[in-house]
Order: sequence, then structure tokens, then C-alpha cells
Amino acid sequence: MVSALLAQDIPYWQTTIFKMVMAFVAVLIPAGGTVYLYLFKMVSFMQSRLGPMEAGPYGSLQLLAEVGKNAQKEDLIPDKADRFVFAAAPYVVLMSTFLLVIVIPFGPDALFADFDTGVFFALAVTSVSVIGVLMAGWASASKYSLLGGLRAAGQLIAYELPLVLAVVGVVIQAGTLSLQGIVFAQIEGEIFGWGAIGNPFILTQFIGFFIFMVAVQAELTQTPFDMPIAESELVTGYITEYSGFRFLMFFIAEFATANVFAFLASVLFLGGWSVPPFITDLFGIEPDSAAMNVVGPLVMGGKMLLLTFVVYWVRFTYPRFREDQLQAFAWKFLIPLALVNIFATGVLKVVF
Amino acid sequence: MTDLSLEDRRQMAYIAAQAADARVNVELEAEGMTLNIGPQHPATHGTLRIVAHLDGEQVVSAEPIMGYMHRGYEKLAEVRTYPQVTTLINRIDWLGSFANEVPFVLASEQLMDIEAPPRAQWIRTILFEMGRISNIVLFLGDMGVQLGAVSPVFYAFRDREHILNQIESATGGRFHPNFNRIGGVKDDLPAGWVEETKRSLDKIRDFCQEMEDLILGNEIFETRTRGIGVIPADVGLSYGLTGANIRASGVDWDLRRDGPDLGMPYNEVTWKVWTHPDGDSFARYWVRLQEVRESCEIVEQLLDSLPKGPVMTKVPRIIKVPEGEAYVATENPLGAMGYYVISQGGLEPFRVKIRSASFSNMSITPWLLKGAYVPDVVTILASLYFILGDIDR
Repeated sequence: MVSALLAQDIPYWQTTIFKMVMAFVAVLIPAGGTVYLYLFKMVSFMQSRLGPMEAGPYGSLQLLAEVGKNAQKEDLIPDKADRFVFAAAPYVVLMSTFLLVIVIPFGPDALFADFDTGVFFALAVTSVSVIGVLMAGWASASKYSLLGGLRAAGQLIAYELPLVLAVVGVVIQAGTLSLQGIVFAQIEGEIFGWGAIGNPFILTQFIGFFIFMVAVQAELTQTPFDMPIAESELVTGYITEYSGFRFLMFFIAEFATANVFAFLASVLFLGGWSVPPFITDLFGIEPDSAAMNVVGPLVMGGKMLLLTFVVYWVRFTYPRFREDQLQAFAWKFLIPLALVNIFATGVLKVVF
Repeated sequence: MTDLSLEDRRQMAYIAAQAADARVNVELEAEGMTLNIGPQHPATHGTLRIVAHLDGEQVVSAEPIMGYMHRGYEKLAEVRTYPQVTTLINRIDWLGSFANEVPFVLASEQLMDIEAPPRAQWIRTILFEMGRISNIVLFLGDMGVQLGAVSPVFYAFRDREHILNQIESATGGRFHPNFNRIGGVKDDLPAGWVEETKRSLDKIRDFCQEMEDLILGNEIFETRTRGIGVIPADVGLSYGLTGANIRASGVDWDLRRDGPDLGMPYNEVTWKVWTHPDGDSFARYWVRLQEVRESCEIVEQLLDSLPKGPVMTKVPRIIKVPEGEAYVATENPLGAMGYYVISQGGLEPFRVKIRSASFSNMSITPWLLKGAYVPDVVTILASLYFILGDIDR
């Protein structure tokens, strides 16, 4: 049925509208889900409290209540703020999230755009959020925002490098820059001739995976890398002056980006939308059959929940690094380690 | 101009270039930024204001401005009778309220030349130490929040509740017991209180172990606190630092052991004064953690040796304190707290001067914050551990 649906000749404007709606679904539904599941509930249990309990069953509608609350709030703009830049900043930050999600494959055909250089594009658009953060920090006309914005810019640029270098190993191993190609390389891969689970790159690129997740944590400005928004010193850094709906957009961007990065990590390291080949063999279908367009997004969702769990777990456990310490950590530890990883991957690629 | 040699022209061009450079340098020279930390700021948990002049993220000079929370207790005490004053001074250090009452009541007893019966002394000391535990337990969690680890403070609130429950069941007040009377304490302990308290002390010991594993053993915490905000012993002493802040600088001084005998049975139990040679933020955290454990030991031993007898000595119904002056200081959770009480023989004190620990501890901040980075400002302020009520009174 799915293949029949996909075989339909749909006009361009209809597919575009469909893709736009699906992009919102792919960004907002997982964001809402993880915010409720992890930020509200899991963290509450970690901190020996119950979390929201009143709105809906087990407080599951709390997020809607929060959205309603923020939508009602007065939209304050500081007197000396650069009004246009101030208003534009949340859109720029959110734009980076949406740009990132369009290259991520959720199934053999369930994707927004298949670029040959998907990895390159994904890593490039993550930097767009830096502009938004700097805009927010500068335009707020607040000293805390300025300090936070500058810290964020320094940090995001510093951790962009390990993020890119960690992926290089995967690209070398897969031999392609296309994210869809990387997924297929993992399905078709074999571990010394044993192909029952394919070859998820986390097995060979575990150093790359570690560096990637650490860099993601820093890109998201989550603890232990939350110096730019450090509540106890900079109030909330570059978001300090934002209220109401604009604050909500920063909030959505933060948590949606966490999910999108988790999607990206699961594509690069955990096999993406694919299930291990022995399971597809069990059902007697091809790994890239049309049914995977339905199963794939669910598999991606599961892997995303697994990875975001780690993100929030770390976030609510560790204290934060100081600015110079986290820079030193990126330049003196992560980047050399990533370079060693690239070198080792290259050598092993030639040897095998 | 025409008869200038080439060499002269070169010289003039050089001078002009130098002047232009200098002008650009003057124009580009960054002015310092003045950052108002507070009076409403998450790091000050109260209304402290710190005016920090920054060069980039480095503090050039910092000046604490106190008084946003001044409630005038010294003046108010002059128009209250002696028993009424304890209600006021409960609110000075609001996390360890019981400890605030004790030095004032001891000073009044000294003036009246009476002494509380042994059982009252024991109960006072037990509750005094429990006030210390309930106060410092919160610091142990709060330091994590200031450094970005949000979870420990919830554990601190959870486990402090065990102690607060015990204080409440003995005194009737969770935060503000108002349990001391001149000449003893208000009531005897309720039945079963001793065993229940011992159980809650075990919970606190578990909490201390948890904090040692979760915060003290964390590498990030160590890199954030080691060598940050170092107070040499002589500087600390000259600024009048007391309590764990000065003990963390290696000064072995504790009023409980070194002060005059005030009728608090610290000599009856075996305990240790912890010091740390480093004097940095890490040392201050470490010393306080050990102090909570030591307080648990003290309370446990006092509970075992609780004497029998009355909890109140004979005092007149209307308390009139004879003329005279007395100064009594005790080792409170935040440091040495003293009351200088002058009586002119009336129902009310003529003057009460309160020496609160946080006020003196705060005075070192301009010296300590100079040259620190903004993130370290928060670390240093958190590790000094002040309570705004104790600064402003």
C-alpha cells in the first residue's frame, strides 16, 4: 500500500506542503515527547520528586499548559534593544533545527531531501544557530545576554570542529557523504563476514561516537557545557531578555535540536532507520522494502529516545565546566583524539 | 617644507604614523564593563548586590553592597522584653534558627547569674548541632547548583527534612523554634524522640556519603573549585573570618572547643575540629562536609548521655535583668556569632549588638574577587556561604 501511495504522481505543490507539515511533525512531536518524558518526568524521578501530575494523566498535558502560558505572556522587548535583530534571533535559531531535519532519512523513501553531500550540509547548517545566538546576545542590550552570547559563540565554534572530525571517520568507512548512503553501508556491512546485524558504525567508530555525543552536548549548551546560559551566574545568558512566545521558540529550538542531533547520531552510528538484517530476513522482506517507510520512523524514534536519554542524564548529573576549561577540553583533548581516530580509520580502511 | 631632506621626511612620516596608531589605540581601548550582580540574581539567594567592574570576563574590582534586607533587629530588640527578643533573632540566620537564640539567651543568663539545668544544656546543645546540620546540609547541595549540577540540592532538601521533622517534633517550629527560655528550654523532649533522631542522623550520614561521591569526587567540581578563591590564613584572620571559612585555611580555631565554658557540654563528648591547609573553595566545601559528620557524632553521643532532671531553672515570672554588660559568642553554622547585651536593669535590653558571621565573612569579597573570572565569582560566593539575613540582620 505504501509503495502504491508513493508511486502516485503527486503535484509538486502538494508534495511540498506535505513535506512542510511532516517537517513540523518530525521536529515538534519528538520535541514535545522528550520534553515531557525526560525533562519533566525522568529528571523529576532523578531528583526524588514527582514532576507534573495534575494536567492530564500523569501530567502528560503539562507541556500544552506551558505553551499556553507562554503564548499568553507579554512579549517584552527591552527599551534599548535592536528591535528587528531581537525579534529575528529566535527564528534564526529555530531555522537551523529545521534545516538540519530535512536531510535526515527516516526510511528508504521517507525523507525530505536526499543530498549527495548530506553530512556536509547537516554539519554546515548546525552553525547557523550560532548566528541566532549571537544576534540574541547582542540585540538584547543586556550585559548578561552579551556575556552569554559571546561565550556561546566561542563554545559553538570550538565544538563545531570535533563534531565534524568525529564524522569524518564514519564518512571514510562508508565511502559516501550521503546520509542515506551511510545507512545502506551499515545495512550491507559485515563484521568479518557475519552480516546478521549489519555493521553499525558505533562498533568500529566508538571513539567517533563518543566525541560526537560530547560535541553535541556542547552544541546544545547542555550541562556540563552550559556556560553560555549558566543560570547561577548569567541568569540565562542570551535568553535572559526573552519572554512569552520568543522564549518558547528558544525553548523549542533547544530541545528539538537535541532530538535532531540524536537522529543524526543514530543515522551515523546506529544504523538509522534500518533494523538489523536478520529481523528483515525473519519477515522475508528486503532491508529497504516499502514497509520500512512505516517502521523506519519508529525505529528512528526509539534510537533517538535512547540517545536523548543519555543527553539529559548527563545534563542533570554533572556540574559545568568553566569557559577556559571547556575550550581546553575541545582543543587539547577532543580534536587530537578525533584526528587520531581519523588516522586510524584511514589506515585500517586501506589495510582491510 | 621643500628643503627637508629625505631622512627628515621619513622621520616625520614615522612620527605621524605613530601618532595615528596611538589615536586608534585610544579609540579602540576597551572600557571596562560594570556588571551589577544583584540585588536580584540567582547566585546571591537573597538580596545581595555586587558591583563588579569587569575587564572582559575578569573582575577588576568588586564591591558588595549590603543592606537591602536590613530589618533593624538591633534597634527592635531595644523595645522588646528579653523573652520576646528570641523571636526576633530567630530570623537572622533562617536556616539554622535555633543556633541564633542560644548566644543571646546565654548572655542574658550570664547577666542574671543563673545557669540552665544539665538536661536543658544537653537539649540546647543537641538542637544547636541539629540546627547546624540542617543549615550546612543545604549548603552541600546548593554548592552543586551554583556550579551547574542541579540534582544534589534536591537531595539536600529531601534529607534536611528528616532533621527539620525532629526539630519540629521537639520544639513545634520547623524553621523558627523559639524554644530557648532564659533559664532553660521550654519543654522536655517528646517520648521516643531520641531513637527517632538517631535514625534521622543515619540518613544525614548517608547523605554526606552521597555528596562525597556525587560532588566532592567529581572531576569537574574539583577543577572548578581547586585553587579558586584562595584565602591565606593571615589574610582571613585580618578580615575577621570565622567558622569553616577560616578552618579551611588551616586555622585550627573553633569556639565550641576554644571558647569560654558557656554551659554547653562539648567537653563531655569526643569530637574533632576539621581543618584543611589549602584555603580554596574546595577546602571550604570539604571542611563543611566533615563538620556535618562531626555534628552527627556530637548529637549521637549527647543523646546517649542525656541526663535526667528538670529542663527549667527557677526564674521570676517577669524577667528583669540586672545592670551590666555581657558578650557571648558561639560557633554558629556560619561562623562565630556574638551578642553584646547591655542592660540597665529594665525589662528590655538597653542595647543589643549582634556580631553575625556572614557580615564579617562577606567583608573579604572585594579582596577575594579581585582578578577572578565571572564564573569563579559564583564559585567563591557560594563557597563562602553567607545567608543574607545573617549579613543584613
